[in-house]
Amino acid sequence: MSMIEFHNVQKYYGKFHALKDINLTIDAGETVVLIGPSGSGKSSLIRTINGLDPIRDGQLIVNGFDLADKKTNVNLIRKDVGMVFQHFNLYNNKTVLENIMLAPRIVLKRPEEENRELAMQLLKKVGLENQAEKMPAQLSGGQKQRIAIARSLAMKPKCLLFDEPTSALDPEMIDDVLDVMKDIAENSNMTMLVVTHEMGFARAVADRVIFMADGRILEDDSTAKFFDDQPSTQRARDFMSKISGH
Amino acid sequence: MLEIISSQWPSLLSGLWNTILCSVIALIGSLIIGTFFALLEISKYKVIRIIGSVYVEVFRNIPLLVIAMAFFLIVPMYFTKISGFTAGTIGLTLYTSAFIAETVRAGINSVEAGQLEGALANGLTTGQAMRYIILPQAFKVIIPPLGNQFINLVKNSSVLAFVAGFDLMYEGNMIANDTLQTIPTYFIVGIMYLIITLPLSYYMRHLEKKLA
Ligand SMILES: Nc1ncnc2c1ncn2[C@@H]1O[C@H](COP(=O)(O)OP(=O)(O)OP(=O)(O)O)[C@@H](O)[C@H]1O
Ligand SMILES: [Mg+2]
Repeated sequence: MSMIEFHNVQKYYGKFHALKDINLTIDAGETVVLIGPSGSGKSSLIRTINGLDPIRDGQLIVNGFDLADKKTNVNLIRKDVGMVFQHFNLYNNKTVLENIMLAPRIVLKRPEEENRELAMQLLKKVGLENQAEKMPAQLSGGQKQRIAIARSLAMKPKCLLFDEPTSALDPEMIDDVLDVMKDIAENSNMTMLVVTHEMGFARAVADRVIFMADGRILEDDSTAKFFDDQPSTQRARDFMSKISGH
Repeated sequence: MLEIISSQWPSLLSGLWNTILCSVIALIGSLIIGTFFALLEISKYKVIRIIGSVYVEVFRNIPLLVIAMAFFLIVPMYFTKISGFTAGTIGLTLYTSAFIAETVRAGINSVEAGQLEGALANGLTTGQAMRYIILPQAFKVIIPPLGNQFINLVKNSSVLAFVAGFDLMYEGNMIANDTLQTIPTYFIVGIMYLIITLPLSYYMRHLEKKLA
């Protein structure tokens, strides 16, 4: 069963054509890594999936809902599709525990006791159970990102979107976050779409690698083909040699 | 001066009471209405944004006295009889709400966009995101300017004197006319305004420190 389907999707910012003829299907349970140079449209693509950015044309079906249809209630999609941002976007006015418990309480109406238990369980899973009462400003970037992941998981989503989750982090904190993501990819049937330049992570957990440039998808390969063989387009091969170069 | 206080005590007290009553009503009213119009001004729909800014521009660019007079004179002509107190309080509420709308809007804009996106992506509606995440952070930032608005509001409530609103200023005018003790009377009236504004000012500072 497919979780995400793009059919000839076009996206514009004013006159600028940011996503061109996007066709892409991601099945439930798949882990897909999305790469490409800066400005290629990775964030644009991922943000259309939960309706944070609108599309101009084409069809975009997420968890059975059509995002191109104005009558679709995007909140129904967002309940099942979580998102983790480059800059965390934790609620600055809430404690760590409240960050995790808020949406399940007011969106899912999860009973308080059960909500707290699950939140504590998730904090433990991301290794931060003793930070529950802290405010986001008191945490390091790596800790914030793990809390953001826990906050998404608390909604028990079917799908998680990650937009460069480790690129704002100091190098020594990246692995803590990637480990949590690996754990989700390997030990749950979550659908994951991850924009990242962490090629070790991609190689280890991705089922597929998608390469974008100039608003188009140029490659959609199995992980094995992309890394062990090589990408079919010159553009992708150049990109790969550039990012492995530093 | 003591003589004025002792002989005019009942009217001074009733004036003080009306000023406090008008201020409390206008403070709560303008905070609610101002926040409402601030939200209209940041709506994603253009028509709603225009409604919001027309309201704000109209009420903050007309002198308060004209607004109060309009309610006092025009409403009884076409709709229903209202007292000077009611007309003045409504005028003051709407006038202040326009300034509060601008303050709240600036507060909302000062909250980074990621807060709203995080909340939406987390499944909250825009309304829930505003209520639980954006507005609490916005109000924290705007407490000092909001405090200024509230203090202005108390002082501006003296507009009631012009529409027979029986407030502190109105009673002061009466006493000054009756006793011809103009300077002592207005001195006392000034002190009585301070009795309202100083605690308010102190409380806003306290709130600012507490939430910082
Ligand atoms: N809100 C916006 N308004 C106008 N143009 C935008 C907006 N957001 C993105 N763009 C443009 O759309 C193109 C794609 O941007 P996008 O952020 O999707 O790229 P990206 O692949 O995520 O890049 P990066 O690796 O730098 O994050 C860029 O040229 C960018 O300048
Ligand atoms: Mg991006």
